Amino acid sequence: MAARKSAPKKTAKSNTSKEELLEYYREMLLIRRFEEKSGQLYGMGLIGGFCHLYIGQEAVVVGLEAAAKEGDKRLTSYRDHGHMLACGMDPKGVMAELTGREGGYSRGKGGSMHMFSKEKHFYGGHGIVGAQVPIGTGLAFADKYLDNGGVTFAYFGDGAANQGQVYESFNMASLWELPVIYVIENNQYAMGTSLQRASSTPDIYTRGEAFGIPGEAVDGMDVMAVKEAGERATEHCRSGKGPYILEMKTYRYRGHSMSDPAKYRTREEVQKVREERDAIEHVRELLLQGKHTSEDDLKAIDKEIKAVVNDAAEFSKTSPEPALEELWTDIYA
Amino acid sequence: MATEVLMPALSPTMEEGTLAKWLVKEGDEVQSGDILAEIETDKATMEFEAVDEGTIGKILIAEGTEGVKVNTPIAVMIEDGESADDIAAASAPAATPAPEAAAPVAEAPAAAPVAAQPITPVVAADPEVPEGTEMRSTTVREALRDAMAEEMRSDDTVFLMGEEVAEYQGAYKVSQGLLDEFGAKRVIDTPITEHGFAGLATGAAFGGLKPIVEFMTFNFAMQAIDHIINTAAKTRYMSGGQMSCPIVFRGPNGAAARVGAQHSQDYAAWYAQIPGLYVAMPYSAADAKGLLKTAIREENPVVFLENELLYGQSFDVPVMDDYAIPFGKARIWREGSDVTIVSFGIGMKYALEAADELAKEGISAEVIDLRTLRPIDYDTVVNSVMKTNRCITVEEGWPVASIGNHITAQIMERAFDYLDAPVINLTGKDVPMPYAANLEKLALVTTAEVIQAAKAVTYR
Repeated sequence: MAARKSAPKKTAKSNTSKEELLEYYREMLLIRRFEEKSGQLYGMGLIGGFCHLYIGQEAVVVGLEAAAKEGDKRLTSYRDHGHMLACGMDPKGVMAELTGREGGYSRGKGGSMHMFSKEKHFYGGHGIVGAQVPIGTGLAFADKYLDNGGVTFAYFGDGAANQGQVYESFNMASLWELPVIYVIENNQYAMGTSLQRASSTPDIYTRGEAFGIPGEAVDGMDVMAVKEAGERATEHCRSGKGPYILEMKTYRYRGHSMSDPAKYRTREEVQKVREERDAIEHVRELLLQGKHTSEDDLKAIDKEIKAVVNDAAEFSKTSPEPALEELWTDIYA
Repeated sequence: MATEVLMPALSPTMEEGTLAKWLVKEGDEVQSGDILAEIETDKATMEFEAVDEGTIGKILIAEGTEGVKVNTPIAVMIEDGESADDIAAASAPAATPAPEAAAPVAEAPAAAPVAAQPITPVVAADPEVPEGTEMRSTTVREALRDAMAEEMRSDDTVFLMGEEVAEYQGAYKVSQGLLDEFGAKRVIDTPITEHGFAGLATGAAFGGLKPIVEFMTFNFAMQAIDHIINTAAKTRYMSGGQMSCPIVFRGPNGAAARVGAQHSQDYAAWYAQIPGLYVAMPYSAADAKGLLKTAIREENPVVFLENELLYGQSFDVPVMDDYAIPFGKARIWREGSDVTIVSFGIGMKYALEAADELAKEGISAEVIDLRTLRPIDYDTVVNSVMKTNRCITVEEGWPVASIGNHITAQIMERAFDYLDAPVINLTGKDVPMPYAANLEKLALVTTAEVIQAAKAVTYR
């Protein structure tokens, strides 16, 4: 067992191809533009209730999805739009769920926090902080029981890391050597409470030590560092050594939810991260610096993504509300 | 002076046990702490130690004797200078027979109620069981185990997890023998971590398995109730029907005996409120088996509420290849014409006792066991009330927002004009469960209260 901090990696790895970088760029940009559009639709009253945007954290899911294999499972908290897009779910279906329409992944009955896709092995979308951790551990239990070689990515935040059920899960996952990767997306704030004010230790990745679970801290703003860490974690799990912890040091640019006035941090703090650590800008610079691609090529991608997001938004507005009979369906099999 | 060694109570609910083996013989000298005998309770075989030093003067109960009541003298110890001959022949009470089996099907037709004339209670047959089916006397405990074993044999994805379910053979011996037959992969001892393993099992159900989660008691499931309700019950709906959660949460529910407020709560009404859950609460061994088999096959999450005091009770269980009872069908245990008594779980014990007593006074009670609390078989209740025009409900849980309240509301809506008296809801008292024996008795619903209520609604 080893708890360690990965060295920050700010240069392109020799084993990262131009195609891969372009793919990361495209996927991260899709999430960002999608979330920006969600914020806009929320402001227009088309999306209701709670809506938690993922802007700033895109490199975490995109990097880890690059390390996943077909059949691997993933689940997360209520800040889930990015995870769904990264695992290949249709932006139209996600956006239409946000607007509560028939064309949504849960046919309008789940909303922003509750979406699932069996096809893409996305197991939610969970609204209770920390609840997804034992559930994800159970998915890994099923994989081991069925001996199918699958790995589960259980994402949770720095806030959820203080829930007791997380440690109940760590204990059982380690005891039974379950193939689960605990991905702690440490975006520094549990709603409005900073990590320093909520955690007795600054490094959450060390919290598996007592259970014999190796953990590492990763620069969650560097998609390539994330992918490499993901590969180490999946290899550990697939070789039957049990769970693994990845603490992604990341940052959320927007508020906790749409109704968050964000008085707990300064504008300057947010601005500084955007300017110095932005994951998408980082990949963009690498592509341009190495003359792997041109401004025009990237502009074409931007345009393409914009069209995808606009289509999703249009679909989410035109898809009808669920039929009234839907109130009574899907309660029992 | 010779002292009697009495049959000890080795668990909160033990009333009798088997004197499995003597480890001393007459004339042996024993020290305090020496093991005198092995005593088998309904839960386990336990060693019984000497409290005082002395000589075993006489053994009063031979080894192998079953049904030895607690506090029966089982041996006599003598001190120095005394001889075994000094002991007056102690009168060892004869062993009592096993707990009463379910009453046989009566042949008498329903007697017309005649005031103050005794009537013969009409015991209704179970319509699920074909006539002529062989019946075998089985405890509720064995019936539950048989249901799990049968379903585990037919479906490899069914597994059992919980505290002490495997190597210990079950805290209440319900899972006895399952580890031997199915192995550690499918019969899994968990750490004491209810919140965690309930969530883990729910995830395993999403992942394609069919978990049976045993809570040592449902009191401990409060640690896990978020996963039972927010995760297991709601996910199908929240996913627009995509996700399935075939899981059974089972274990003893309600008061046992003298275990105090934190271990004596009936959760029937709590879980019955939740859309997305099924809730079963069997009384008899046959229902325990048939309903649990249905629960394990369900694609939906099921809360299965058992009762520790019923585990050791024997009932006739039909010998059938596949005895599964559908949810949402009440069973009429006694047919009657004067008053409908609606109950479930251990409440049925009081309801049936009361019906028999009422019959002696010429009051004909129809006794309905709801068996499942979600869904509830309203039709059977309402049809009965339309016939008897009177109803009382019996349950162990608290009075506020009880199952009885809900049944009463349904009767008001559907059979108001048929009622000749207000419906009475008998429940546990509105207090945390006290420890003192007399207060505990007072806190629980009793047969006497059922009789009194039946008389009140029939104006006798």
